[in-house]
Amino acid sequence: MNHRGELVYYNLVTAHIVAGVVFLVVGLGAGFLYSLQFLNSYPLGGVEFFSPGRIRMLHTNAIAYGWLVNGLLAGIYWAVPRITGYPVLSRTLGWVIFFVLQILVLLTAGGILRGYAQAIEWGETPLFVDPFITLGLILIALNFIPPILRASRDAPMYVSLWYFTGALVWVILVYIMGNFVPQYYVPGAAGAAIVGNFIHDLVGLLVTPLGWGLMYFFVPVILKRPIWSHSLSLMGFWGLAFFYPMQGLHHYMWSPVPMYVQYSAVVATIAIEIVVTTVLANFFLTLRGCGDFLRNNYPIRWFYTGMVFYWITCLQCAIQVTLTVQKVIHFTDWVVGHAHLVMFGVFSFWLMGIIVELWPRLTRREWYSNTLHGWAYWLNTIGLTVMFLALTMAGLVQGFLWWGLNPFMDSVRFSIPFWFVRTLSGGMIIAGVVLFVLNMYLSLQTETTGEGRTLRAQTTAG
Amino acid sequence: MDAKTDILIERFGFVFIVAGVGFFILGFIFQMLGPVLFLGNIPIRSVEEIAHEVPWQFRDLAEEYPEEFKRAFGSPTPETYAEALRLGRDIYIREGCWHCHSQYVRPVANEPLRYGPVSTASEYQNELQLPQLFGTRRVGPDLIREAGVHSNDWHIAHFYDPPSVEPGSIMPGYPWFYDEDGRPKKEALSIVTFVQWLGSWERR
Repeated sequence: MNHRGELVYYNLVTAHIVAGVVFLVVGLGAGFLYSLQFLNSYPLGGVEFFSPGRIRMLHTNAIAYGWLVNGLLAGIYWAVPRITGYPVLSRTLGWVIFFVLQILVLLTAGGILRGYAQAIEWGETPLFVDPFITLGLILIALNFIPPILRASRDAPMYVSLWYFTGALVWVILVYIMGNFVPQYYVPGAAGAAIVGNFIHDLVGLLVTPLGWGLMYFFVPVILKRPIWSHSLSLMGFWGLAFFYPMQGLHHYMWSPVPMYVQYSAVVATIAIEIVVTTVLANFFLTLRGCGDFLRNNYPIRWFYTGMVFYWITCLQCAIQVTLTVQKVIHFTDWVVGHAHLVMFGVFSFWLMGIIVELWPRLTRREWYSNTLHGWAYWLNTIGLTVMFLALTMAGLVQGFLWWGLNPFMDSVRFSIPFWFVRTLSGGMIIAGVVLFVLNMYLSLQTETTGEGRTLRAQTTAG
Repeated sequence: MDAKTDILIERFGFVFIVAGVGFFILGFIFQMLGPVLFLGNIPIRSVEEIAHEVPWQFRDLAEEYPEEFKRAFGSPTPETYAEALRLGRDIYIREGCWHCHSQYVRPVANEPLRYGPVSTASEYQNELQLPQLFGTRRVGPDLIREAGVHSNDWHIAHFYDPPSVEPGSIMPGYPWFYDEDGRPKKEALSIVTFVQWLGSWERR
């Protein structure tokens, strides 16, 4: 146990989780605030620093860089040393990265509200922050690559490490490509080809591989059984690595970008759906016969729900990317629903599952309340499903109204009921997350169990 | 799969070089370098080149708001027009206009009927599209054919309080573009200039 304690830097994991959930609550709050503008009841109208346009960027950036990056880092600070058997390069470097990340997120938030946003979607981080983020990403790679490299000398690497290795390299390349090239060198349609890829690569080459890598670690560890098929794992990783960097242009279909790029992006996106199905089949077959876990194992419940949402997202992806469907749904709320399904329904769900698993071990305390877990889970799941359905339907309404040459204002008027439901469901999601965080906080107030027992041991039969 | 390959592809070096660097560069060449080279023949125009000819909307602003215009820009010359375009574009970016308004007309879904001619790549080869402002969502209408659709006065009123000229609009107002008396400041004049420029080349 002592050995384990030194292997994983518990405080670092805890710090990233705490920072992550704080930014999650802030980010969700910003999203909720922004949604009120669509109902013409924005409370801070006319205030420059809280203009809805800026709050929207705060929403996406707080979620992407504040919540997801912090949460995923917490996950890999836990997983990498445990998989490899070696600690990360340096605890001090870990703390440097932690503080630099929080400062950069705060600078980004301040910069956006102050009016220094950059016109790159998902990369609105102000120009003066970008070089430091690049540097930070290199430091992260420096901290994690040594244990992975040492483990690779001992034996072939476990699946999770393929994903982590890929992500650590990709994110540096993606960030430099997306934030600097279209800003300084390449304008117009060619710039759009790069930005389109950046938008998707940030999801596909940072969040997705780290998320999947963590699933490949936590699911077998919690279930105490191996992944179903090694061949499917190989197919999943190499399929992702090959096709993902080629599909980002699907964000600019029917645009002035050369058509060969658009056609190939369609092919790559549909290929990704096949790859994702192999990965999910692998996980669902690993989980076979574990129906009980959905009732009484909280981490697995979050993971499994996230995977179901992921499959829906990717099936949707393969359909909506086609040039035919794009005619209707491009530029509409359909896409917004899709984005929420993947960023919240998949990766945030997985991270919350990971927190459910890790929090008792990190704090050496039992969870305060299982009832709160239930409320958090169902509020989030139902809230997200309702939001997804409302936005998807709104998207179809908007798309066909535009195609039908109705006055533009019709698409706004007819969307308001859907936007109202969206705001309500957003409220449900926030309530769920707040209960989750409250549960984390109340657990700290309980008596320590001495040694970190997990919820799994407490709630799983046998 | 034989044992040797199996071991090789699961080592750090192979994953790092082939998946991490190799496939990324492959994607970059195919999906990004391609368009850059294809469109490389079209010269990239600077703002000064664009502003060579001052449009009537900019001169009209100088006539309609003489004091404010004089304070902000002086007189409507190519130099001040370039300055207004640059500032207008910066405001368009920092207020996040591009999150709710797209800037390209697609050849589908009756868009040419609604907005005007389909967009071509050459229209975007200029400094004001660095970074490009295609946009991915239309909460409000597309703006790439916006020049001349509305008058300057309409825009000045609209940026202050959109529902006042477009009932039911959910666009937020931007009162900080105006002084205490509701007269347009440099910001308001610039964003109107920028919006009146979008697609002006198609309106001649």
